[in-house]
Amino acid sequence: MALYGYQEAARVRPRASSAVRRHGRVVRAVRQHWPLYVMLVPALVMLALFHFYPMWGVLIAFKDYSPAKGFGESPWVGLANFKRFFASESATIVIRNTLFISIGKIVLGQFAAVIFALMLNEVRIRLFKRLVQTSTTLPYFLSWVIIGGIMVQVLSTGGLVNSVVKAVGLRPIRFLGDPNVFPWTLIFSDVWKGFGFGAVIYLAALTSINPELYEAAAVDGAGRFGRMLHVTIPGIQPTIVLMACLSLGGILNAGFEQVLVLYNPVVYKTGDIIDTFVFRIGLVGQGGMPDFSLGTAVGLFKSVIGFALISLSYWLADRLANYRVF
Amino acid sequence: MVGESTLSDRIVNFVLYLLLLLIALSCLFPFLHVASVSLSSHAAVSARKVTLWPIGIHLDNYRFLIVDTVFVSSFRTSVLRVLVGVGISLLLMVVTAYPLSLDNLYVPGRTVFKMLLLFGMLFSGGLIPYYLALKNLGLLDTFWVLVVPPALNIFYVILIINYFRGLPHELWEAAVLDGASHFQVLFRVFIPLSQPVLATVALFSAVQHWNSWFDGVIFIKEATRWPLQSYLYSRVTTRMLQWQTAVSAERAGQAFVEATPEGLATAMILIATLPILLVYPYLQRYFVTGLTLGSLKQ
Repeated sequence: MALYGYQEAARVRPRASSAVRRHGRVVRAVRQHWPLYVMLVPALVMLALFHFYPMWGVLIAFKDYSPAKGFGESPWVGLANFKRFFASESATIVIRNTLFISIGKIVLGQFAAVIFALMLNEVRIRLFKRLVQTSTTLPYFLSWVIIGGIMVQVLSTGGLVNSVVKAVGLRPIRFLGDPNVFPWTLIFSDVWKGFGFGAVIYLAALTSINPELYEAAAVDGAGRFGRMLHVTIPGIQPTIVLMACLSLGGILNAGFEQVLVLYNPVVYKTGDIIDTFVFRIGLVGQGGMPDFSLGTAVGLFKSVIGFALISLSYWLADRLANYRVF
Repeated sequence: MVGESTLSDRIVNFVLYLLLLLIALSCLFPFLHVASVSLSSHAAVSARKVTLWPIGIHLDNYRFLIVDTVFVSSFRTSVLRVLVGVGISLLLMVVTAYPLSLDNLYVPGRTVFKMLLLFGMLFSGGLIPYYLALKNLGLLDTFWVLVVPPALNIFYVILIINYFRGLPHELWEAAVLDGASHFQVLFRVFIPLSQPVLATVALFSAVQHWNSWFDGVIFIKEATRWPLQSYLYSRVTTRMLQWQTAVSAERAGQAFVEATPEGLATAMILIATLPILLVYPYLQRYFVTGLTLGSLKQ
């Protein structure tokens, strides 16, 4: 018994002293490196004001908020706002549109970027390659307002593209006014804006492929396409997997700014996405006062699913492609 | 590979180069068309004759814009927001990144801070709580709403942290042994050595600031305080009509007779594109570093 107590004490004592020692270490570290903490203060203030303070504001999703009553006075309504959204016809339309448009963009965008990178990789004339890359990457760096303004000019029924369509003998296409065409206009214009820059990452991956592999393949009798199939594509495969993983996190972002610039009430049925819906219902107000609570509820629904998706995509990227942010 | 070009190989090459040429032109033609419209006469634009070359060249659209006070003030606001916004942001981000990059130091609480950053980056309350927060903070309808809230770009902070971590540890030790304070180490050792990452972040956030328009439209009521791209948004969408009446009025008074609403919109599009073209050669140099930024941008 005594022996047991002795052992117990022996086991306990170092633990207690280690706690004391750790406390001392913390104090000493803080005292020694206080400037480091001072450096973190501005960021902490920014985080608190512009990230966490709005997060606290999501509580109005569970209230019947009116600006006149203010946050405190507005009554709690539980999940009523969520129920209202999911019971409405808009929920199905908006979620379906979001998924269709964003999946279309991801799939076609990645495809276009890979194909374009493979094509550029075959070009032997340096200057030509540079010129093509320069002109195709530019649209990525312009805002959707600029691109949208150009599209309105070029794609209107009397615009440049439709004059070609008419010259061929077809009826003009209402790219921005036909609900059946509009989602595809969104998808293809996004692919057009992004494929040049999207190819940069694949071109970077291509430079790290060992040239000896190409020589070996040539010696083995592989032609141009054989080399592409057996050397180039396996070489960029990890990058393709990585980009696929990361794009998963953005699946609920179907392109807020793009849609806002290009859509109009005629194409709401196929072009309205979660973000534009939240904006219209919650801030602009459709036929009256903006419904802050409903808008917040729908936004919160998107944020929560989006957070889960992006966490999943990071986890997958770490697992499958060894990619980590920190 | 060279020398053994067979006939089929040459055909493949021809098709390849032709396709790439067409793709490149598909990216250039829209801009050429827009430039032509902005320079063409009223008659040619109305008759939709303009394709890739201006018809009846004149500068009335540009002259109209120069006397448009909203346009001029919006241009000034945009330049100012790029300068102030990038300045504040860079300073804030390097100061934040430094303590988080010193893994070798025992600084309690740092992991918690990193988790906060990560959570702040990946989760947001959504548009409406954000709007209400800015309203309660009294930032609506001020210039500061354009530059302060987006100053802490967490993804850029992580990029800078990772770069700082890659710097040789001995440099840090030597500086500290020489008695340099943390601020001195940051500004005299780390920052001068981190030019590639800082240039990337500065350029990309400058482009972002120049391109932002949504914040101006919803956080600022008065159009006279908007940045250029917000003004452009209102012109290419909802308020085109208003412009039409303004243009007709001017034309009735014999001023800017060749100006057209389309011409004004396209002229503004070109003016808004120009600064991007100017920094484009520098941007290209930092593409690959910028890639990691791009993949997370929504």
